[in-house]
Amino acid sequence: MQAVRHIAINVFRESVRDRVPYNLVIFAILLISASYLLGQLTAGQDIKIIKDLGLAATSVFGLFIAIFIGIGLVSKEVERRSIYALLAKPISRPQLIAGKYAGLVLTLAVNVLVMTVALYVVLAAISWNASPEMRAAWEAPPLDPQLLKALLLIFIELMLITAIALFFSTFSSPILSAALTFALYIVGHFNADLKNFELVVDSQPAAWLARGLYHVLPDLSAFDVKMQVVHGLTVPAGYLVSAAGYGAMYIGALLLAATVIFSRRDFK
Amino acid sequence: MTPAIELQELTKDYAVGFWRPRPYRALDRLSLAIAPGEVFGFLGPNGAGKTTTLKLLMQLIFPTSGSAEILGKPVGDVATRRRIGYLPENPYFYDYLTAEELLTYFAQLLGVPSADRGRRVSHLLDRVGLGRERRFQLRKFSKGMIQRVGIAQALINDPEVVFLDEPMSGLDPLGRRDVRTLILELREQGRTVFFSSHILADAEALCSRVAVVAGGRLAASGRLTDLAEFRIRGWELVAANVSPSALERLRPIATRLTEISSGRYTVELPLSETPDALVTMLAGAGASIVSLNPLRDTLEDFFVQQIAAAAAGARADAGEGGHAGR
Repeated sequence: MQAVRHIAINVFRESVRDRVPYNLVIFAILLISASYLLGQLTAGQDIKIIKDLGLAATSVFGLFIAIFIGIGLVSKEVERRSIYALLAKPISRPQLIAGKYAGLVLTLAVNVLVMTVALYVVLAAISWNASPEMRAAWEAPPLDPQLLKALLLIFIELMLITAIALFFSTFSSPILSAALTFALYIVGHFNADLKNFELVVDSQPAAWLARGLYHVLPDLSAFDVKMQVVHGLTVPAGYLVSAAGYGAMYIGALLLAATVIFSRRDFK
Repeated sequence: MTPAIELQELTKDYAVGFWRPRPYRALDRLSLAIAPGEVFGFLGPNGAGKTTTLKLLMQLIFPTSGSAEILGKPVGDVATRRRIGYLPENPYFYDYLTAEELLTYFAQLLGVPSADRGRRVSHLLDRVGLGRERRFQLRKFSKGMIQRVGIAQALINDPEVVFLDEPMSGLDPLGRRDVRTLILELREQGRTVFFSSHILADAEALCSRVAVVAGGRLAASGRLTDLAEFRIRGWELVAANVSPSALERLRPIATRLTEISSGRYTVELPLSETPDALVTMLAGAGASIVSLNPLRDTLEDFFVQQIAAAAAGARADAGEGGHAGR
């Protein structure tokens, strides 16, 4: 466990030294300028747009971190041969995978946490300056705790994407890993459509194939409750638990597969 | 006594070719036993199988057949790695870390107690001559400095067995001397050192025993001076101010006589000739002796012979049709 912790902290340190936290500055600038501009242009809609923008930006910025750091977690170590000295230390290969994954999840957690705080600060500022007419037009309170549910699901989705990137990085090149992870991200958001594919095709084998793919590929739309939260709709706790459970199982399966592949690999 | 390192019939085949992979034998049934406290030189030309052997010992690659043990435990035993150190060939480390941070990180992974960690990191960085640069990021380091960091990290846990893959690589003459001194210190402390090299002088200066690999096979092993391939085959004498009369006396016995500059000669003598008498004669004739060295086949000569023998062996095996490709 100590080894996993030390490896994770080193991954976190690498992302800090590689200036990953700069994205937080861009995020803050984006939110503050958007809130200022929207305050001039809209009446009552600004809070909804800021929520939407904040959640979308958290998701997109996190996606870039998960993919572009995730694909290098293992492959960069192998390519640069830093793995030689590392694996000669008393750590098992599964521990290395676990540590690398935990390190990037820690980076993402800090990122999402800071973005959450920034979003709430901007929303509080808008709320503070809002007129009673504007307040009346709001569908949901500005500092709606429901936002936290959406942010939690975004974080779980980012953990899943990190696991996908790490899985590919155990056996393919960074470019191929990035392409495959991004492709799975896109497919994952349309995966739910495959579930009912038999309604739009006559071919039974095609319907079976679509149903099979639905079960194998990640269903990332399960983690997207941005629209509901922004419009003040309640996200049931049961849904949150089932989505988190689905994410945890998928992540577990990916990490297990990554470990199996990595444990058998020769580093020539 | 349990050997510090033991290899039994260790073999590694790689698959080469994309569409129709064929086995390529990088290491062929290598067996060795290294006693605790030995400084063992693992010699061979490039592509002989030295790094493959070290990677098998570190379990960076898995053997096709055979086995290896370190300190009486199979190489896969994670706990044993607390007791060993390893310098990879042409090492690369995280360039965003400082030398101090890298050593601290590795010390943490090796379970070096926190009370000793700082002191040990400082001592080793001073020892490899990087005390002043300890807080520089590794991206600012030269190849030689990275090699020194690599040596320091291999010793951070005060290991019982140290594996050094081409430790002199990338070092200037001063650095090479430092590493030699370091290895000698390790020997005095009773550590086992297994180092690979293709430079005979390193092995001669440091090793109690050597093994020579060529073409993935063990070509020879034993004490360097006992190996028939490296026995003395004559003498090389360099003398200055050699008078014409002394030169005339040298001509019949020299196997080769070369004038380097005016009055300065290199004389090669057969093993049967006693150099002491010749030195006395030359000194008596007013010549000054610049150097006298034994002549032996160089490791390079030996490599060439072994590669030719290995190629002949492979042709014979291919003729019999029973051996993996090489």
